[in-house]
Amino acid sequence: MSDLLKISGIETFYGHSQALFGVDLQVNEGEVVALMGRNGMGKTTTIASICGLEKYSAGSASFKGIDLGPLPSHKIARLGIGLVPEGRRCFPNLTVYENLIAAARPGDWTLDRVNALFPRLQERYDQYANTLSGGEQQMLAVGRALMTNPTLLILDEATEGLAPVIRQEIWQAVRDLKAAGQSILIVDKTLSELLPIADRCVILEKGTTVWTGSPDQLTRDLENRYLGV
Amino acid sequence: MVKLTKENSLNALVAMTLLVVPFIALAIDEPFYITLATRVAIFALAGVGLNLALGLGGLVSFGHAAFFGLGGYAAGILASHALNYEPIFTVPFEVNGTTEMLIIWLVAILVSGLAALFIGLFSLRTTGVYFIMITLAFAQMIYYFAISWPAYGGEDGLSIYVRNKFPGVNTLDPLSFFLIAFCVLMLAVLLVFVLKNSRFGAALQAARQNDERLSAVGIHPFNIRLTAFVVSAMITGLAGALYADLNRFVSPNMFSWHTSGEIMIFVILGGVGRMFGPIVGAALFILFEFVFGGLTEHWMLFLGLVLLVVVLFARGGLIGFITGKVRHE
Repeated sequence: MSDLLKISGIETFYGHSQALFGVDLQVNEGEVVALMGRNGMGKTTTIASICGLEKYSAGSASFKGIDLGPLPSHKIARLGIGLVPEGRRCFPNLTVYENLIAAARPGDWTLDRVNALFPRLQERYDQYANTLSGGEQQMLAVGRALMTNPTLLILDEATEGLAPVIRQEIWQAVRDLKAAGQSILIVDKTLSELLPIADRCVILEKGTTVWTGSPDQLTRDLENRYLGV
Repeated sequence: MVKLTKENSLNALVAMTLLVVPFIALAIDEPFYITLATRVAIFALAGVGLNLALGLGGLVSFGHAAFFGLGGYAAGILASHALNYEPIFTVPFEVNGTTEMLIIWLVAILVSGLAALFIGLFSLRTTGVYFIMITLAFAQMIYYFAISWPAYGGEDGLSIYVRNKFPGVNTLDPLSFFLIAFCVLMLAVLLVFVLKNSRFGAALQAARQNDERLSAVGIHPFNIRLTAFVVSAMITGLAGALYADLNRFVSPNMFSWHTSGEIMIFVILGGVGRMFGPIVGAALFILFEFVFGGLTEHWMLFLGLVLLVVVLFARGGLIGFITGKVRHE
């Protein structure tokens, strides 16, 4: 497996406050990597730095060998990084259909394929995104990211705040994506669902990568120390 | 496929009413009303242009008079050179004027589009009140330039002695000229409808809602806005060319901020983002001018009151008031 995303020692600031102090991370082709850590440890900032939504000031990040540092966020997305942001951020005043086609780029992921993954979305095509339930908005956010035909899909807290039944639907979709060979970087607190599908785990603590390994190597001691469970 | 909604039914009624009025005017031998209907169609066309930028893209351009005026002057300059048999310029090659409407429209569209590209490159880097002020500033710059340019009449404006020609149509006949303006208006509405329902339209509306989210799916909001601004200006420029032919006269007033304000009033009165909003807005504007303008020169006071009521109580404009709210409100 060749490396798709490679991050070495990135440091990111919000104004004068430093949020990342050196994050290292790698996602290989076809791999599912779980980015873990307690709240406020820098997971979302790491994702924002990868996607160009926040600019890192030190370290390096590359995707398919291309340096992400100088690129604006839309060019990074066009390289093949699809983001499902924290908080189900759809375009509220666009219909489901418009949300999906606004993002569409040529590739294997088409409206039909997204509909097959989330049949509920097709039933709600003409509905505005802000009239959908939380779970449906999350499906729309994932569908929208897939419509960009990403090489790497990034899911940031994709199941947070959802009803258990809907969470299961989302997790099933993630398992289907993994089975289809989709590379995924995923942030989620539900370890019982996350660990079985992850090929590798990366733990952040205070803006730094403190541990990388396979889910099998993640001991109870590590969980207690870094994940607060 | 267009669904038969309350709004679409109202749109059809509005279009039919506008189309029928000149025929009734002809039947009762009142050609003045044909000219009024033609003004409505042309002003509505200018509003349809602005509606693309303002209604779908949220771009509150207070400088669309620049494109209206450029379209008008394109028509005026080309026609006056053709009538005087003088080339417009001879170096590096000779370019002559023309009285062919189709060529004039093409030039008006190109000139307006290029101006919008230039203005948009600067103004779209700003948002909110700064965008409003920069677009206004550009339009006023062109206004003052037109005033101080004696070659084309300066402050006095420029006359077109004979209405320009359209293949197979007697454009001097008021009804024929109305039908030309009406068809152009309907084509522009169709274009905006197609754009609105395309991927471009979805992205433009998404850009209005959240730049960052749009960037995260690989679309540069600036490029989407710039494209919308240019297309919007082209439509308004075409309206300017028709307006010049209607009056057979162009003046720097076409560039003034009053004109920008009026175009915006057409859009707001009818309903921002509503396909037929500018037609209703322009019709109401002309109706007020005709009815109250005969009573007092301060007729705008009445229009102002209506605008106030619309802004306070009918955010979707008159179309929204009748058919209900949609996403833009």
